[in-house]
Amino acid sequence: MSESVVEFRKVSKSFGDLKANDEISFQVSRGSIHGIIGENGAGKSTAMKLLYGLYRPDADGGEIQVRGKKIDFRSPLDAIRFGIGMVHQHFMLAGPYSVLDNIILGAEPGSKLGPIDRNSARVKLKALSEKYGLSVPLDSPVEKLAVGVRQRVEILKALYRECEILILDEPTAVLTPPEVSNLLENLRKLKAEGKTILIITHKLKEVMSFADEVTVFRAGKVSGGLSIGDASLQKLADLMVGRSVRLTLDVPAREPEKNSVLEVKGISARRSGVSVLKSVSFSVFGGEIVGVAGVEGNGQSELLESLFHAAEAGVIDEGSVKILGENVASLSTAKILSLGVGYVPEDRHEQGLMLDRSVEDNFILGQQANYAWYGWLRKRWIRAGVARAMEAFDIRPRRIDLKIRGFSGGNQQKVIIAREFEKNPKCLVVAQPTRGVDVGAIEFIHGRILQARAEGVGVLLVSSELDEILQLSDRILVIYAGEIVAEFKRGEADENRIGGVMGGGSRGQR
Amino acid sequence: MNKMEQMDRTLKEPNLPNLNAPFSLREFIYGLLQPIIAVLLGLAFALLAVKFLGDSPLLVLKTLVKSSVGSREDFGMTLFYATPLIFTGLSVAIAFQAGLFNIGAEGQLMWGAMGAAMVGILGKNCPESVAPILGSLGAMIAGGIWGFIPGWLRARRGSHEVINTIMLNFIAVGVTSYLTLYHFKTTENQNPETGVVAPQFLFTKWTWFGDTPLNAAFILALLTAVLVWVLLWKTTLGYEIRAVGDNEEASRTVGIDSGKVRIIAMTLAGAVAGMVGINEVLGSAGKFKIGFSPEYGFIGIAVALLGRNRPLGVVFSAILFGALHKGTSALDLETEKVTRDFSQILQAMIILTVSATGFWEYVRRKTK
Repeated sequence: MSESVVEFRKVSKSFGDLKANDEISFQVSRGSIHGIIGENGAGKSTAMKLLYGLYRPDADGGEIQVRGKKIDFRSPLDAIRFGIGMVHQHFMLAGPYSVLDNIILGAEPGSKLGPIDRNSARVKLKALSEKYGLSVPLDSPVEKLAVGVRQRVEILKALYRECEILILDEPTAVLTPPEVSNLLENLRKLKAEGKTILIITHKLKEVMSFADEVTVFRAGKVSGGLSIGDASLQKLADLMVGRSVRLTLDVPAREPEKNSVLEVKGISARRSGVSVLKSVSFSVFGGEIVGVAGVEGNGQSELLESLFHAAEAGVIDEGSVKILGENVASLSTAKILSLGVGYVPEDRHEQGLMLDRSVEDNFILGQQANYAWYGWLRKRWIRAGVARAMEAFDIRPRRIDLKIRGFSGGNQQKVIIAREFEKNPKCLVVAQPTRGVDVGAIEFIHGRILQARAEGVGVLLVSSELDEILQLSDRILVIYAGEIVAEFKRGEADENRIGGVMGGGSRGQR
Repeated sequence: MNKMEQMDRTLKEPNLPNLNAPFSLREFIYGLLQPIIAVLLGLAFALLAVKFLGDSPLLVLKTLVKSSVGSREDFGMTLFYATPLIFTGLSVAIAFQAGLFNIGAEGQLMWGAMGAAMVGILGKNCPESVAPILGSLGAMIAGGIWGFIPGWLRARRGSHEVINTIMLNFIAVGVTSYLTLYHFKTTENQNPETGVVAPQFLFTKWTWFGDTPLNAAFILALLTAVLVWVLLWKTTLGYEIRAVGDNEEASRTVGIDSGKVRIIAMTLAGAVAGMVGINEVLGSAGKFKIGFSPEYGFIGIAVALLGRNRPLGVVFSAILFGALHKGTSALDLETEKVTRDFSQILQAMIILTVSATGFWEYVRRKTK
């Protein structure tokens, strides 16, 4: 292995009582792509923020060396001067500004009081984008660009500041499969030019495909560091979770029942003049899982809206939705849900939980009337219900008084799953059930969804995680630009084929 | 009841873990400490201003204490001033729990007073046994309507309640003044006020504390605080109000009709603010006087803020603000330069220190 360019030596960082990083040690070789993997809260982002100067290590918390020198960054500015750049998961771009202006923001060429020398910046950027194959339209406003292009802008921003070490935080989370391969292409070029790249991710498959070496984080510690030749998916997963994990699911064959629990017929919808759903039709039968695959923002949210808020003005323009045999056109959300529907919404923070309230309060959300006697909340009933659910769904820590905010993403999601599954629904609508959830919880949640299927529940699964869709679904619908563009049965399609359709490529059979 | 039996059986299951929340003394003390320190800090800043003016801070402090709680009568006046502030503080707090900012308590309390006065003036032949109750209902209904309007506009038309409640305050001033001067004007003098309500409506039987105008409305205010607490924390309606206030989108997702809940919350807030009219018209003045409120509605916002939007907190902070109001009224006589307007500086300082939430979070982190 070549010389190391970044080295962590027993670095610790605490927040209050919590040791986010506990004597972290690892090395990154110069000119390599280095994967940083671990579950949420394992400390991988904290470590990278230490390197980028957003945090400083504890007083007696070891040292970080870059190019053999001990660093003491007070802010990211110091890190940038030292040749370190970072692309955050949520891009730091000013939407209405042009690409050029976004890139030079904070490092404008020209004298302090004089006009900005955009021309010299343009020349420099042209050269950079040719060298690394990062094509971006320098004069378009950033808000008009696709996500993948915005990411290139962020990378160029770092290169413009002459960074040698580039940190990318979950770079593939928002990209379509073609965009992902494009990104990897770019990163390989950067590597060939001698840049060192650190990628934070939780997607093991991607790490296996592009990284040269991997550091695995677990619970604030480094649980393993290996070069990719020695790694395997199973090995990485086990290191991440700390026990042996089952990566593939046993899905027993099952004939769907004859009764449809959900029937969508030709629904179309527009939002501020733009068509977002185009005559979408499908059915879900009892005992089957129907997956809706697609890159986020292709009409999934509007589809879910039209299932549960059909009676509200402007949600559906045309078409009808039947849930458990009832036409929901004129039913209130409460009435629809009480037909026997469980609903796990897409965004658990925005739509699923009250973050500053206890587990107890969140557990009865939407079912407060079932835990009340003539309008009076019954504390004893609620306590009993929560106690049972926390056992059955293994929600940790077992504390009902803590604010939901204090729980990990996986346990927050389990609270919602518990709430909706405990209703004994006949129809389940589950959207992005494992987003930002750790491997252990994913295993658990997938198990629960399959258990529901075995009990004859009809499940609609909306997810942008293709793996999840492929593993769980009996039928797969691909949604693109508000339209169902393809339908596959279990085993008919693989990742590449669906990925192509998701990005608006050739249409599948339908 | 079937559901009950089923639940009771669940409770008897042997393997349920004990999940009773441990009582956290630390949390409790922090909850109390913040407003107390805010008040002390505000007081310190205000007294510093006194020092710069050239008066003795010690004298000002002494006067404040003596004049607010120095005697039975003084304390009675303090509680009398606190009464409307409990109502308006509760009103702001109810709206806040539903995620709404009620700046309209001032207009609502004007309508409350007008409602009580109108019932009292028009209901001359009302039997003595029900008169105070009818008068009180008049206040609550009139205030409630003035809360319902911005609630409905927010829920069904999407126009923001802050704008609407401010506008409605002006309308309330205009319309109640018009009613006073053109329909219910007193014939006894030239003052801008209505005639006196029929005697059976007055709370004269339930006054105490000697000469002070403190009356049964104070007890009613305490009772209202308890009822508001029960409503918000013990009933499904209260749960829904607080859920909508915490996360409207999540409430909508699980099927809570957030529009309906907000209309109810705003109507309740208006009714509670309207109860100021009970203290003013039925409890003390006996009539509607134009401009009777020294901005109880706006001080109510500060009261709710200091009381952290909890009913019990509102009661204590209302009494504190009442004491400030009473205490500063004696400053004109006792000190050379400082006048009763000092109470406004004090209030402002307290509001500033309470509002400095970022600072509190900082203190909290540092002391952990």
